Amino acid sequence: MSDKQIGREIGQALGANLTRRSLFALGGAAAVTGALAACGSNTGREPAATGGGASGGSGVTLNQWYHQYGEAGTQQAVEKYAAAYKDATVKVSWKPGDYDQSTAASLLTDAGPDVFEYGNGPTIDMIKGGQVVDLTDLIGDTKSDFNPSILERMTYQGKTYAVPQVVDMQLLVYRKSMLDKAGIQPPQTIDELIAAAKKLTQGNVKGLFLGNDGGAGLMGGPMLWSAGLDYLTKDNQFGFDDPRAATALGKLREMWDAKVLLLGAPKDWFDASALTSGLTAMQFTGLWTFPDIKKGLGDDFGVLPWPALDSSGKASVPVGAYGSCVSAKSKDVEAAKKFVKWLWIDQTQDQLDFATSYGFHIPSRTSLISQASTLKSGQAADAAKLATDVGHAQSPILWTPKCATAFGDAMNRIVKEGADPAGEIAKVKAVADPELKRVLA
Amino acid sequence: MTPTKFVGVGNYLDMLSDPAFRSSLVTFLAFAVFIVPTTFVISLGAALLVARTRVMQSFFRSVFFLPTACSYVVASLIWKMSIFSGIRSGLANGVLGWFGVDSIPWLSLADPPWYWLVIVTARLWLQVGFYMILFLAGIQRISPTLYEAAAIDGAEGWKVFRHITLPQLRATSTAVLLLLLINAFQAFDEFYNILSTFGTYPPYARPPLVYLYYTALGSGQDFGHGSAGAVILTLIIAIVAVVQGRILRLGDRGE
Repeated sequence: MSDKQIGREIGQALGANLTRRSLFALGGAAAVTGALAACGSNTGREPAATGGGASGGSGVTLNQWYHQYGEAGTQQAVEKYAAAYKDATVKVSWKPGDYDQSTAASLLTDAGPDVFEYGNGPTIDMIKGGQVVDLTDLIGDTKSDFNPSILERMTYQGKTYAVPQVVDMQLLVYRKSMLDKAGIQPPQTIDELIAAAKKLTQGNVKGLFLGNDGGAGLMGGPMLWSAGLDYLTKDNQFGFDDPRAATALGKLREMWDAKVLLLGAPKDWFDASALTSGLTAMQFTGLWTFPDIKKGLGDDFGVLPWPALDSSGKASVPVGAYGSCVSAKSKDVEAAKKFVKWLWIDQTQDQLDFATSYGFHIPSRTSLISQASTLKSGQAADAAKLATDVGHAQSPILWTPKCATAFGDAMNRIVKEGADPAGEIAKVKAVADPELKRVLA
Repeated sequence: MTPTKFVGVGNYLDMLSDPAFRSSLVTFLAFAVFIVPTTFVISLGAALLVARTRVMQSFFRSVFFLPTACSYVVASLIWKMSIFSGIRSGLANGVLGWFGVDSIPWLSLADPPWYWLVIVTARLWLQVGFYMILFLAGIQRISPTLYEAAAIDGAEGWKVFRHITLPQLRATSTAVLLLLLINAFQAFDEFYNILSTFGTYPPYARPPLVYLYYTALGSGQDFGHGSAGAVILTLIIAIVAVVQGRILRLGDRGE
């Protein structure tokens, strides 16, 4: 799974009502464009504010970019936080569409943002290209309070380049009543999971839903972790040139062949409707679907991590977070850094509000989790615990988009076409080795 | 974005030796070879039928033409989520259900490649009406005296079509073929919207524009290779268009 995907997963995934909202957002964007055009500037950047002109007092104007979140009220919330900041005027831009691509491209120009969010922090190419600023000193001694695997994901050579905003996770959700009826215990290993899925597949109900591609896009990482492996080794070498990886990835094909996977659901894995409308008994999905699941199923669901392959493997849940970054091209890097510290480190109440009042997320500061009323009990509390205990950043920072594409193609061929996993892994290695050499140089 | 060193034709060679790019070229040639004649035949057939009918002529014209007004993105999503969804409630699987056939996950399977059915039917639905109108305009410009003369000579049916309608439509046919070919080479919208999930695209049925989109504009942001691929693509389209023009014009001279 590529880095950029997490963004979509988090935001777009909230998707049921996206259509109407995106219309609003587009209207909003058009209005903003109109206003900018009226200013006579084609760069998208306001002329530097001077003296008494700006409302912020100190005269600094910062452009802050967000991707378009799916939840109602999110945009108003971030605008409210920004308006409350005294030391600069913060202009929030809400970007519908292909956020990751357009942001990455804009960083190459002078029309980019000062402060922007990016899925799992900036890419290795942004860091190596000097496009983003080191934020290590902002985090300081709050470091121990952030989810460790996410902070590590945003850190390169000891320097942290983003402040995590909210944590999202994916996990396995199952219908308790369906498992009870079939006399099945919640599966603890991959083989138990396959056996359960077979037993639960009856008529038009399938046992397991891993996405319409049979898990090719989603389950690569979790399958490697399940075998006790990872994308990269500790010393940043290719991490899954191993027969156990081939076995683990082959398990997905085994599920595909057994015809226990739901395929071609109208809404993909990021939406709860396959589970709530009874198309599947178990589904790998995101934490953000919990309000919908609760509405559809009441208390008839339980949560599990993606199980271990066997006793020497490990259970896991993928976690990810948007990280707030500062562009090196900002006209006032210090002011931008100060704002990031103010919002994403100091304003803990705003962080809590952002994580829990609109959608369903986990605050990135561990100390705030206990204050989040939404995460206090039931399945949500179980899930939050999984994120802290077995949370696994989706892919390492050195796993470049090129590696991710090669891995995604290989996963497609293994799962959908039944290609030999070992051979496909060798192909990925052939792409990843030179890439690693390039980024480590 | 300042180039650091001059690589000459390095990026072009990279793209031409990239198996994924080459397979994307094969994909789109195969797609063009199939979709161009198919659309041509179907829209010509529809035009002939609509031109002949004496009842509700304007109704049929509008009905066939209407899909042209539909956006590729919207049509793709309808094809993907409601007609060809993998579950029983999808239209296609619902119909199969009447005959007791198991649901087919049309877009998830790589083998057999059912996704081609989805992509091709979506494109046919969207574009047949437009080319039908072009043919219809051509048919109406054919002088009725030709048909009367043919009738007196005893020609009817297929013979009339073969020796009068088709030759008289040569100019229209040339235009339609050229437009169809360019359209086929621009294949992006329905492929991207039907087959991509979350910014990832399966390694098959990937026409060059989709592949270049991921190379140049994806998170890879590899503008050098992306541009090289785009130039190669433009050259191919130009060559094919010139060759096609030549062939059809040569036919003209023969008359």
